[in-house]
Amino acid sequence: MNIFQTILILVAAFLAVFGEATLAAPRQWLGAQVDLLPALMVFAALNAGLPTIALLAVFGGLWFDTLSANPLGISILPLAIIGWPIYLRRDLILRDLPFAQFVLGAIASAAAPALTLLLLLSGGQYLLLGWGTLWQWLVMTAIGAVATPFIFKLMDTCNRALGYQPRVEPGFRLDREIQRSRKKL
Amino acid sequence: MFKQKNYLVLGAVVFVAIVLLSLPTSATARLKLAVGSWFLPLFGLTGAAQQLPADLADSVLPRRELLKQIDNLRRENQQLRSQSVQNTAIARENVQLRTLFNWQKTVPWKLKLAKVVMRDPANWWRTVQIDLGSRDGMRENLPVITDDGLVGRVSSVSLTRSQVALVGDPNCRVSALVENAARDMGVLIAGGALDTSLVELTYLASSANLKPGQNVITSGLGGVFPKGIPIGQIVDARSIEYGLYTDARVKLNANLGSLEQVWVLFP
Repeated sequence: MNIFQTILILVAAFLAVFGEATLAAPRQWLGAQVDLLPALMVFAALNAGLPTIALLAVFGGLWFDTLSANPLGISILPLAIIGWPIYLRRDLILRDLPFAQFVLGAIASAAAPALTLLLLLSGGQYLLLGWGTLWQWLVMTAIGAVATPFIFKLMDTCNRALGYQPRVEPGFRLDREIQRSRKKL
Repeated sequence: MFKQKNYLVLGAVVFVAIVLLSLPTSATARLKLAVGSWFLPLFGLTGAAQQLPADLADSVLPRRELLKQIDNLRRENQQLRSQSVQNTAIARENVQLRTLFNWQKTVPWKLKLAKVVMRDPANWWRTVQIDLGSRDGMRENLPVITDDGLVGRVSSVSLTRSQVALVGDPNCRVSALVENAARDMGVLIAGGALDTSLVELTYLASSANLKPGQNVITSGLGGVFPKGIPIGQIVDARSIEYGLYTDARVKLNANLGSLEQVWVLFP
């Protein structure tokens, strides 16, 4: 993990939120706007450190709420709640498998809007809810699940192309070299 | 695995969220304005990119086509001028009659064209942002319309942009009037989450005589929307709470799903 990866994740989150606010196509074709922040959080939780997860939760949530009618800060907690358990168990997750990324993306994309709605309803907000919300939730889950492996691929490509890789120390050490020679008996 | 550092960072995030949620409304609005301004360069880029094809199309339009358009516009201009003369005469007559009957004078509303720059990324709100802000004289609760009918009201204002709560959003309730013999009145509330073209007209009298196709307009009550702005047509009606009152579904005239330009009404 390096600082470039953190910047890359934050830029991706910024562009994702802007895209969600300006692109009307998903809403017109599918009846729901997709949210790519949970998928990004899955990537960050599996590949980056704690500060990156915290920054993504705070800034991603802040940007989303700024462009939305949501109360400012309401989207921060759901993102953090998604990122933390994945980060804590990431050693047990086969993070390079697209299927694992797909499943985690689906769970995160389903949990994020559900938690946000729960918080909004707990705050006494009157929301636009109905049977159609169930369809919107399914669309968000499905698109989030499909998008997660692509996000992994895209971020890895960007990271390899633009970022620097930490120098790996070779196993070879001069002081441990075995001197071979014929010894005269 | 569960180190203290993990809990510290989680605690910091929770603390930031709680602080933001407990800020007063004015501070939240200022913070939203500040954070929203980060997106301004992207808005500029998107606007320029959208304008480019139109500019290119204009530059390659043949002269004959341009002359034809000018001719059509001249003809339309003449028609509008003659209509304007008639309207001025009617307005004068209206003022005279109002003076005669000692009625309050109505002040004509001014219109300002605005471009829709953004939609709410959350599915549980129905709002858009327009490119007029407080520097253009915008303020909260101004009505927003299109040529087809009512769109919503301005719900919050920043320096360069304003948020419009659309008809059907939980934060935009409209007092409406059905154009029938009884002039039945009700309140427009949110419709379904999926279909943006249908909203609910509720609290209508149980004796309301509603028929599909009847026009619905703003009633002028509530002080936000002036009377007579077309909203839509009745689709169907049903009795609620064992005949206590009537609910109706209204199909909106304005297509809220593909809004590009809107008019803001200034008193």
